[in-house]
Amino acid sequence: MAIEAQPESAHAPGGGEPGATPRERGWWMRPNVLTALAGAVAGYYFGHWLGNFIASQYQQVGTSDNNDFAIVIGYAFLILGWLIGLGVFNDLVRQMLGKPLNRNVSLHESGFNGNGNGMAKYFRFTLDHKVVGLQYLIGMLIYFFTGGLLAMGIRTELLSPSYHVMSPTMYLQVVGEHGTMMMMMMTSVIVGPFGNYLVPIMIGSKRVAFPRLEALSFWLTPCAYIILLSAFLDGGFPTGWTGYAPLSIQAGEGMDAYAVAFGLMGISVICAGFNLVVTIICYRAPGMRWSRLPAFVWSMLTTGFLLVLAAPVLVGGMYMIITDRTVQTAFFVNQLGGSSYLYEDLFWFFGHPEVYILALPGFGIVSEMIPVFTRKPLFGYKISVAGMFGVAILSFFVWQHHLFDSGMDPDMRPLFMLTTELISIPTGFIFLVAMGTFWKAKIRLTVPMLFAIALFINFLFGGISGVFLSDVPADTTAHGSFFVMAHFHYTIMGGLLFAFFGGIYYWLPKVMGISMNQRLGQIHFWTMFLAFNSTFMPLFAAGMLGQPRRVFEYAANLQTLNDWVSVSAFCLGGSMCVFIFNFVMSTVVWRKKAPQNPWNSRGLEWQVPSPPPADNFEYVPVILSGPYEYGDPDALPVADLHPPAGVIGGALAPAGASTGSEE
Amino acid sequence: MATEALTPGSGARSGRNDAAWLLTIWIVLSIIGCLLVALVWGPHMPPGRASVQAASQATDITVLGTIATPVVIGVLLYFGWALAFWRQQPGDETDAAPLHGNVKVQTTWIAGTSAIVLALAVYGTVELINPAGAGAGQGPQPVFRNGMPPAASATSWAPGTNNILQVQVIGQQWAWTFRYPQFGGFETTQLVIPVNQPVQFNVTSLDVIHSFWAYTLGVKADANPGVNNVAYTTATVTGDFQVRCDELCGIWHGSMYDTGQVMSVSGFLAWTKTTAATMAGVTKMLPPYALTYDPTTLNLGKVNAALGLTGAGGGYYNPADPEQP
Repeated sequence: MAIEAQPESAHAPGGGEPGATPRERGWWMRPNVLTALAGAVAGYYFGHWLGNFIASQYQQVGTSDNNDFAIVIGYAFLILGWLIGLGVFNDLVRQMLGKPLNRNVSLHESGFNGNGNGMAKYFRFTLDHKVVGLQYLIGMLIYFFTGGLLAMGIRTELLSPSYHVMSPTMYLQVVGEHGTMMMMMMTSVIVGPFGNYLVPIMIGSKRVAFPRLEALSFWLTPCAYIILLSAFLDGGFPTGWTGYAPLSIQAGEGMDAYAVAFGLMGISVICAGFNLVVTIICYRAPGMRWSRLPAFVWSMLTTGFLLVLAAPVLVGGMYMIITDRTVQTAFFVNQLGGSSYLYEDLFWFFGHPEVYILALPGFGIVSEMIPVFTRKPLFGYKISVAGMFGVAILSFFVWQHHLFDSGMDPDMRPLFMLTTELISIPTGFIFLVAMGTFWKAKIRLTVPMLFAIALFINFLFGGISGVFLSDVPADTTAHGSFFVMAHFHYTIMGGLLFAFFGGIYYWLPKVMGISMNQRLGQIHFWTMFLAFNSTFMPLFAAGMLGQPRRVFEYAANLQTLNDWVSVSAFCLGGSMCVFIFNFVMSTVVWRKKAPQNPWNSRGLEWQVPSPPPADNFEYVPVILSGPYEYGDPDALPVADLHPPAGVIGGALAPAGASTGSEE
Repeated sequence: MATEALTPGSGARSGRNDAAWLLTIWIVLSIIGCLLVALVWGPHMPPGRASVQAASQATDITVLGTIATPVVIGVLLYFGWALAFWRQQPGDETDAAPLHGNVKVQTTWIAGTSAIVLALAVYGTVELINPAGAGAGQGPQPVFRNGMPPAASATSWAPGTNNILQVQVIGQQWAWTFRYPQFGGFETTQLVIPVNQPVQFNVTSLDVIHSFWAYTLGVKADANPGVNNVAYTTATVTGDFQVRCDELCGIWHGSMYDTGQVMSVSGFLAWTKTTAATMAGVTKMLPPYALTYDPTTLNLGKVNAALGLTGAGGGYYNPADPEQP
């Protein structure tokens, strides 16, 4: 075996070029999250003043009771102030002025357990993809639990068929915040933590292509989080996460927060996706042919393409909402020559690829875990890749199925019915791959494997209900009802989030060098799986029996069903508490050291120590075979981590090796 | 391969023909499941059979459910089987026999799913065309109007003639009103339609997007401001039905519901006569019947003065100041 553990790399923290002379100041002097907050607050007040100063000159804006213009300019300067406070522009400015870089720009902070910069680096704008990955992990968990608490609020209100806990206004605010927060979070919940952290290691690279874009993509998310929650201070927004015009044009000031935050998240995921796509294409190690790329990396590549191509449409749509609301551009106002259909089309032209942005990473994670725990090669590797690409490409041609009843051109409906149903063919490939891999396997029922199997069961129901929604006659009843709501919770929560939690149990030993408690993990899985199905399965029935989405009043005969769902939802919340307990105790208190390769996986990321050294690999590895060659005694080890000198780019490289690597 | 045969535990497993067992159990369960869904559950499928459109949707949902049953059973059975029989034996740390793919299985799978999907698309299109758009909103120029008579006259209607009954559905925050152009154009908060007569709903909105959902009639059509959205239905059962708003339209979206009524033709004609007479005073002040309305151009002063109101009650949308109704 050429693959063996390496001693932890002895790179000094922040060690870059030898010529660099870092002028290190105390941690409180360096740009960090606190200076960023200060910048954000200062920026908001300046922007608000500036907005009022400008707007008062314009009658249309100035005479409006609402102060949308000042608020939006305030948010814009809040973002700017946040980034300045973080020091995002410091190096840029110094380079433009021709000065040497003040702070040593390091691509490699020390590892999680390193002595180097300690915890402080997690609160700064850092360029190490492993630091950004962990920042993302914690950030997205905070997003998720905030959204989850809001969901608890929704279910509390729906205990009774008439409004009782919240006012109708408050209920709509909570629904809108829950939906938007979850959608913003889900877009980057895998791409952010796992994509950024693992993709470079899985392709044998020491770095990502655009570390600054990557770090920027993360640091925009706390900003979007704050702005979105600030909507509560301005009366929230009554539109749900879809923000349909003209309701969103008519709505109060909280709507500005929605448009700015969602647009900002769009910019963040464009940066994240672009970085991933270029990294995967250009930074693969020698020998990492396309045919040896792990399935998870393929899913990140397709997701990255979707993010880069779809999210700009969202940003554009949000920009139009903002200008409609502030300077009366009337893109979406029918009476003034705009069209409310324009918004619906823009939104869903982003929104449907978005749905697959939320599905593909889940497919990738389970495709990565299943071979390990069945001890078999991935069945039909090419089919799996074809399935991901098929889903990604088709996802741009289905968006009008959200508008079947909207009064769009009726001729288009059979076409969109066809394209929508076609997308179930590549989605079916993922099931074929999983079922083929399970065939006569030696299944190791670990906690990650439980989550992987649950994904297929949940996604089965999510996918089958999607066929009902793609069919125009059936959709006439199901559209806009709780059936739709149950459907997308089954695909997104049942699919993506189960994969996310599975991924945490699977990769945390690698990422932090710490094992999660497996017993608590099993309790978390079973409570989550049962409570999840008990929550969302009855909602299919509620929708089919005529309960629309986003209502605080429903037919009295549906109360038993809704109460059952609410109680299950509370249990689901309880199961999340098990996870939080396990996560905090395992990583902070117990800190049980994980072996380097606890799952006995062939994946390249498992061949480096846990946690990975600062620069991932001591030498750029040479990939010798595919990652899923289980059960083949003649298979080569996955990579040579100590390639002989001169092998890279030289005559000793394996035939057909990629030359896409640098360094 | 050699290690596989030598491993204890795997020998016992190799004696069982998994494929044959799985196939047999799947076929048996699928037949039972399909029969249950189609024959036992099918007649009770939502949204019921109170109109031609609702009945076709119920049939459609039953067909989809019947086709989905073997898929669900197959996948669940397979994973259950795998968990029951293909587990790691205690102490067995070896890998399973490698299997990179199987051209026959993959081809069959792709061909099978493609065939099912294409068949579903064709069936869905047929089910869309036959019941005149299946109750869904078709925009201002409906193309699926199988069996629906034309809107020949905008001012009169008699049952059984080649002239469809038109009912205008007007959504505003947060109430529905209904206008009957063929009976003098009165506007009322009651929705009444005759049984066994084709009805054309002209759905529009005065402010934001609403969605007109008559659940048991199988009708759903978005109410867009400035757009006429047409949906057809033919009620087959008399009685009440629920009308809800199905598109989030603001604070009181949740309570934007109504009860409509399907009457006998004679009852309906009597109701129109009474209502037209009762509403005559209001009808005079209404803007003339049109397929869409722009509330900002309506002469509301006359209406408000007559009703003793001091401002527009329904949150009319003022484009000059979109945020201040």
